[in-house]
Amino acid sequence: MGGQQSGIKNKMILEFLSVPENVGLARVAVAAFAAQVDMKLNELEEIKVAVSEAVSNSIIHGYGGDPNGMVRVEVERNEEGLVITVEDKGKGIEDIALAMQPDYSSSPERMGLGFAFMQSFMDHLDVTSEVNQGTRVRMFKNIEKVVEK
Amino acid sequence: MQIFFSMEGKQLWARIKGELDLENADTFRQELEANLDHARPEVLVLDLTGVTFIDSSGLGVILGRYRRLKKEGGKLIIYRPQPQVRRLLELSGLGKIMTIMNENGEQIGEGFNNGWSAIRN
Repeated sequence: MGGQQSGIKNKMILEFLSVPENVGLARVAVAAFAAQVDMKLNELEEIKVAVSEAVSNSIIHGYGGDPNGMVRVEVERNEEGLVITVEDKGKGIEDIALAMQPDYSSSPERMGLGFAFMQSFMDHLDVTSEVNQGTRVRMFKNIEKVVEK
Repeated sequence: MQIFFSMEGKQLWARIKGELDLENADTFRQELEANLDHARPEVLVLDLTGVTFIDSSGLGVILGRYRRLKKEGGKLIIYRPQPQVRRLLELSGLGKIMTIMNENGEQIGEGFNNGWSAIRN
């Protein structure tokens, strides 16, 4: 993952209960953190969608809707970009490759596009998971220097 | 999120304001279903002018209503999505199967072929 070795410029850790109200809180907090450096509006929108999807996955799939779980979001900014980690201690994913397929979804009203959006909007994505231990999604977004705002 | 419903001829208009995500996906779905049950329109127009954010939870609700209307011989039209919302509609493949219109009533977004073929009609 790019930028891992570089020095950390800023860091934020956010932990909250696995309730749907916190999806908006998480994406707005991460976007505000990201906006400390000049970013294109489009990139902020992409970050918001990726965070929203990762946190929603933790709530719906990780904890299966149980509102008593904790979701942890960690964001680091280094010279190259943002590293966003979303972690839960939920039921985990048995087959990550299968879960990441665009049309994979455990329910007909959900589109199974969460991972596809994360992959499409971030420059790097990796997912680690252990059954009954939890899931960790790590995403990296390059920060391109914006000359004019 | 707020939805304002009105009937215009045989079209049910749903003017939506706010953000569409997991927090309000259930309310969004229930309100649309209740109004579809009651009004039985030929066309459902989702006016997304006031929608500032959407993710796969919101898109899932739209897809569900599209499927219902299609089954009942009706139609769903997406009206005036903001650029970031339109981009997600297109990336998700929904833009390919649904009619998206701008403020002049012109169809937009047709022929966009970046969508994942995730949506099965």
